[in-house]
Amino acid sequence: MIRIEDVSLRHGQTQILHDIWLTIPKGGITALVGPNGAGKSSLLSLIARLQPLQAGRISVDSFPVDTTPSRDLARILAILRQDSIVTSRLRVRELVGFGRFPHGRGRLTPDDYAIIDQSLQQFDLTDLSDRFIETLSGGQRQRALVAMAFAQGTDYLLLDEPLNNLDMFFARELMRSLRRIADENGKTIVIVLHDINQASAHADRIVAMKSGRIVADGTPSDLLTPKTLQAVFGFQMRVETFDDMPVVLHFR
Amino acid sequence: MPDRRLLCLAGAALLCIVAFMTIGLRGNIGFVLALRAIKLAALLQVSVSIAVSTVIFQTVTNNRILTPSIMGLDALYLFGQILLVFLLGGLGYAALDAQLKFGGEIIVLMALATGLLLPMLRRRTDMGLMLLAGIIFGILFRSLNSLLARLIDPNDFAVVQGASFANFNDVRTDLLAFAAILTIAGIVIAWRARHVLDVMALGADTATGLGISWSRNVTGLLLLVSALVAVSTALVGPVAFFGLLVVALAERLVDTRSHAALMPAAMLTAVIILVGGQTLFQHGLGSSSTLGVVIEFVGGFAFLVLLVFGSRK
Ligand SMILES: Nc1ncnc2c1ncn2[C@@H]1O[C@H](COP(=O)(O)OP(=O)(O)O)[C@@H](O)[C@H]1O
Ligand SMILES: [Mg+2]
Repeated sequence: MIRIEDVSLRHGQTQILHDIWLTIPKGGITALVGPNGAGKSSLLSLIARLQPLQAGRISVDSFPVDTTPSRDLARILAILRQDSIVTSRLRVRELVGFGRFPHGRGRLTPDDYAIIDQSLQQFDLTDLSDRFIETLSGGQRQRALVAMAFAQGTDYLLLDEPLNNLDMFFARELMRSLRRIADENGKTIVIVLHDINQASAHADRIVAMKSGRIVADGTPSDLLTPKTLQAVFGFQMRVETFDDMPVVLHFR
Repeated sequence: MPDRRLLCLAGAALLCIVAFMTIGLRGNIGFVLALRAIKLAALLQVSVSIAVSTVIFQTVTNNRILTPSIMGLDALYLFGQILLVFLLGGLGYAALDAQLKFGGEIIVLMALATGLLLPMLRRRTDMGLMLLAGIIFGILFRSLNSLLARLIDPNDFAVVQGASFANFNDVRTDLLAFAAILTIAGIVIAWRARHVLDVMALGADTATGLGISWSRNVTGLLLLVSALVAVSTALVGPVAFFGLLVVALAERLVDTRSHAALMPAAMLTAVIILVGGQTLFQHGLGSSSTLGVVIEFVGGFAFLVLLVFGSRK
């Protein structure tokens, strides 16, 4: 369980997060949605101790993120940042292999190699595994980064806009993979999504943020109503239901 | 594949060492050999400490252009030295034991370097800013040196190394044993940190996500870099572009940034250039004192090339 209690964040004069309370139970996919600048990435990086907690408390599986040793946390929580750039000259397999670092501090066992192979396969990277990262397309690179987070083998996965740069096919593949590992391996996934219909199709729960506050929280069918959507995104959109799934028509 | 290349590099380095020891032997062979061995030990230490400190510094700052000496760490070392003379007076300073002085200077450098650089490295700063700050630091420390040098008694100043250019001919042999301990300890620490360095090369956020305590590791590595810079500066004086040249060459030779390959490759490349170059200039090209100038020229040129054409970042 991820427990966020009374968390606030400010950079200089600007208040970025206001008294956030949120509990994410173990298992399942929670989608974090909201307009640009709502504070989604900031919240995720606080959960993943990428920036110091200024006010409030956050714990993952009852480990407080600000006092638990970073290495211990890395074995229960993995994060993919929104703008991860890889500057090292690395092959895909090496990058994915870094996901095993928290477990053996760089020494890879046969088990580690098996997990790396499985992650490569899971994200359709087997054919690309010997390519250098800088020679990949944006979408392929994004998949390699997700595979690295997956190889970390943690119970909790925080993914900040992992669908960036992915085409329709791979966006669907990734979401289906996430759904599978949530259902079969009991993983807890928190994912920032801009495509509200992906959230509708694959998430168990949607949390909507706006201006540093949580403004709506519920199942896709509860949350995806014209009224709530207008409150979050600031414009009118139609919602239709196909096969029990709300589909938001936000294009025109 | 990098293994084969490392072996070739090791062979070439060995060849340079043998040539350095044996070419042109005459007179009292035992005496000459002993003399050369001492000088070789110094050159090896300088090569290794510059190579390792540059690799680590570049990884931590995430760039291929900055080196400890371009950031002015060697000037900072001389600054610490002059500061000690300033505080203790020339006579008091000269009366101190050489090893003790060296130890004191290393501690002063570690304190100054971490105090100045850590705030910048805590979070990875923008590359352009780092470069600018580095150049400014370099100039600042060098000008502070000349200011302090003018302030202190000329007689006192004679005690300070005073050299602003590396001289590979005139090494401080009295510090060799102490420096050797530091260098070997430095290599061991760096080697054990090779996997951590690989992860740190991915950036502060990714490294933290993988369980690295960023500030603690950056602090430790910066202390290590300071100690190694102190070793090489104490032994031969400041070398501005040598580290840059060596690491850029090594990276292209092994074609990887994996520290298990890059660190040995950089050390071997440094040995080849320094020991091989010294042999060449001593016996082939006449004056051996020009090696420093040639290395700085080529290294400076490499700096410009990297700056203009961009390194494969
Ligand atoms: N390092 C920072 N310094 C100052 N402001 C920041 C910083 N990081 C983010 N912000 C601001 O915080 C707000 C939330 O940003 P972010 O969490 O990235 O939003 P989102 O991911 O929802 O688009 C934005 O207004 C952004 O400008
Ligand atoms: Mg964001």
